Amino acid sequence: MTLRRYLGMALLAAGSLAAQNTVTPQRLLEASKEPGNWLTYSGDYSSHRYSGLAKITPANVKGLGLAWVYQSPVAGSWEATPLVVDGVMYITQRPNDVVALDAATGRVFWSYRYNNLEDPRVCCGANNRGLGVLGDTLFMGTLDASLVALDRHNGHLLWKTRVAEAKAGYSITVAPLVVKDKVIVGVGGGEWGIRGFIAAYSAATGKELWRFYTVPGPGEPGHETWLPCPTDSKEYCDPEAWKHGGASVWVTGSYDPATNLTYWGTGNAGPDYNPVQRPGDNLYTASVVALDTDTGKLRWHYQFTPGDRYDYDAVQVPVLADIQFQGKPVKAMLWANRNGNYYVLDRVTGKFLLGKPFIKVNWMSGFDTNGRPIQTPQPVGQPTYPGLQGGTNWYSPSYSPRTGLMYFPIWEDQAIVFSRIPVAYREGNGFGGGGFQPFVPSVGDPKKGIPTAAGVPNLRRGPINDWTDAAGHGAMLAVDPATGEPKWKFSMTDVTDVGAVTTASDLLFTGGREGYMQVLHARTGELLWKRNLGAQMLNSPITFEAGGKQYVAVMAGLGLFVFGLPE
Amino acid sequence: MALTVIAQQPVMQEHPEAYPKADIQYGARLYGEHCDRCHGANGAGVSGVNLASGKFRSATTDGQLKMVITNGFPTAGMPPFRFDTADLTGLVAWLRNMNSIDRGSMKAGDPARGRAIFEGKAACGSCHRVNGKGSRKGPDLSDIGTLRSAGYFERILVDPNGQLLPINRPVHVVTREGKAVDGRRLNEDTYTVQMVDGEGHLQSFVKANLREFRISTKSAMTSYRGELQPDELADLVAYMLTLKGVL
Ligand code: HEC
Ligand code: HEC
Repeated sequence: MTLRRYLGMALLAAGSLAAQNTVTPQRLLEASKEPGNWLTYSGDYSSHRYSGLAKITPANVKGLGLAWVYQSPVAGSWEATPLVVDGVMYITQRPNDVVALDAATGRVFWSYRYNNLEDPRVCCGANNRGLGVLGDTLFMGTLDASLVALDRHNGHLLWKTRVAEAKAGYSITVAPLVVKDKVIVGVGGGEWGIRGFIAAYSAATGKELWRFYTVPGPGEPGHETWLPCPTDSKEYCDPEAWKHGGASVWVTGSYDPATNLTYWGTGNAGPDYNPVQRPGDNLYTASVVALDTDTGKLRWHYQFTPGDRYDYDAVQVPVLADIQFQGKPVKAMLWANRNGNYYVLDRVTGKFLLGKPFIKVNWMSGFDTNGRPIQTPQPVGQPTYPGLQGGTNWYSPSYSPRTGLMYFPIWEDQAIVFSRIPVAYREGNGFGGGGFQPFVPSVGDPKKGIPTAAGVPNLRRGPINDWTDAAGHGAMLAVDPATGEPKWKFSMTDVTDVGAVTTASDLLFTGGREGYMQVLHARTGELLWKRNLGAQMLNSPITFEAGGKQYVAVMAGLGLFVFGLPE
Repeated sequence: MALTVIAQQPVMQEHPEAYPKADIQYGARLYGEHCDRCHGANGAGVSGVNLASGKFRSATTDGQLKMVITNGFPTAGMPPFRFDTADLTGLVAWLRNMNSIDRGSMKAGDPARGRAIFEGKAACGSCHRVNGKGSRKGPDLSDIGTLRSAGYFERILVDPNGQLLPINRPVHVVTREGKAVDGRRLNEDTYTVQMVDGEGHLQSFVKANLREFRISTKSAMTSYRGELQPDELADLVAYMLTLKGVL
């Protein structure tokens, strides 16, 4: 008997409308050449969050209207950046769902639910910041510290690799960075006494290819910065502090094909607030590390906040830009840090070129010739600027090669009174080592705080801004990348956790906790368009094309809002 | 004043003929692997319990039986089990038929032979994907062995039309430009339709932009009735029951 199967196959075969081509490593290298897509967390390997799209312009942006909304079924802050590949948008939603939608209509093709094995221990909710893509596969890190690969055409699980132990406080919230045949992720858990690392996995099989510990072990360079406990220490000191030294990684790094280096920022030292029990600079916490992409070997590092006691995570997106610096072309890395300083580093050598506060800073007074901050810890009970949430944080910056400006969201005039308490490490327990009191200066005596005033809290609150700008406020800042000199500033009453995307038509899309999506002129900071989306925005906008039309996507509350120009 | 309402639970009487042979067979195998050691081949190994009697102290409906198996009786000595839908369907089918069928008389399919047929003469891979191999035209079957049941596999192979899940119905569209696309429905609303096309690509259409739009109730999978021998079909069923996804 003959089988009719092949006939059936031929009948089903038909041409596809949008060319859905496989995502080759070459496409990722040249992501900026296909601005209709959004192929990596930051848009391209240099993390410019700049799009070559220019159909939406300062002249027509007033006509921007809602194209579609997708509502997440799971409540909680939404920090993800979508990917867009040839007309299909891929998003993550709490806790570790992946959803594929038609980028033009927002209608869902498939959704995948990852079941976390155990109750994950995460400081700040079931956050996930997005996906990586290569070939026909999507990659996602999970709250229980695994890495999964999904078929991007049907959402089926292809492989799963356990990266670390969730019960010991490890998690993955970062969007993976895919380079060549590797998927690179780092682990979160800076508040749980983890020993951080960055690791690369085979995109094909999930096999671990290399691992770089962001806290070096005995015998490794940098370990000497975890000083032995003084014999006469009157306070608790932990002789094995490095074993739970923190340096988590929860924001996606960058990649420079010219140097074959991948750059990643690291989080606070553990415990967050008590440096006395971990004497020394505590490398590579609150640092940027430059790793050989093939081997994971450290090429150079720079530590922004040595012996950090303020939770000044250096988990910002490393922006790689070739700029003129003091009259010379420099392969630079631009970095606005949580500690309140704007930095320029040479990304080939790691040399410190510039450090300059962009807000009020009192934890340090300047830099020595090696670029080391001269620290000025405040007396007990006195406020430290910037406060816990920092001058900026994980929010994505943008660099526009057109305007030549660097853009980042900032928090101004926000202070915290830090305190420290010794804490012994116990697996799976919180490892803060102190506390933080919001500081709202009293009008009569700005050195004193109003004890009952609502200070700037973490991430969520109701729709009434009861801390007011007296406790801190947000802004989008544009600086000259070579000098850190402000070019313009767009101030908001409330604070902002929203990054920026800039376009080839000199638009800048951003938002804030007030819930406004805002379009600014990238050259002047002038407000061109705004819309109240009714809940705080916590992700960074992207722009993309579907069906030949340019769209902008933002998340606010449980909604993914997509805007475009009228037909 | 309080009004007490006593809800009368409807009791479903299940008839033996309602249980497909493939499920009974699969359940018998699982019973041998997981239950025998306590309950014995005849179902009377635990004192006070007779699984073959057709009457259970702790369950009336199939749904309740599945709960009993899932939760176990940890204090009385039966562990909880993590069985999937296919397993539970099989176990219940077996428990319901233990008294009338001899386990030894049932010849189960061979998954290895089933896989060879799947990849070879039946060419299932020309429409289906398993663990990253094959076409995306039909549903990905990598974890189908956890989602459905042996009886369902047995039926779909010989009667795909009868089993076609409404969501999977074939879509035929012709765009305003005259381009025809056929595929399998993934999602649909009043104004748009989403599908996977013959190349396994995701496609979304605004209906107002279509010249033609048809949903068929005829499965794109043709029947294997008469094309494969009964033991070959049993082998395929056995193979599909091993498709438990990536763990
Ligand atoms: C380790 C021994 C053990 C294993 C293995 C075991 N059971 Fe049990 N099972 C028991 C015991 C003991 C009871 C009686 C519990 C009680 O008396 O409350 C029981 C009770 C039951 C009952 C309830 C009977 C009634 O009359 O309500 C069902 C149904 C059952 N088992 C099914 C199964 C199935 C199906 C399996 C295999 C998947 C299984 N058991 C495996 C020990 C076991
Ligand atoms: C010509 C293409 C084609 C071939 C060949 C084919 N199928 Fe299918 N199959 C489909 C399509 C399309 C569906 C989904 C729609 C439907 O159920 O008809 C499907 C559905 C199924 C389902 C149900 C999936 C679910 O989610 O419930 C199973 C199981 C299945 N096929 C198994 C097989 C096996 C085993 C073979 C080989 C013996 C096979 N198919 C060959 C096209 C095919």
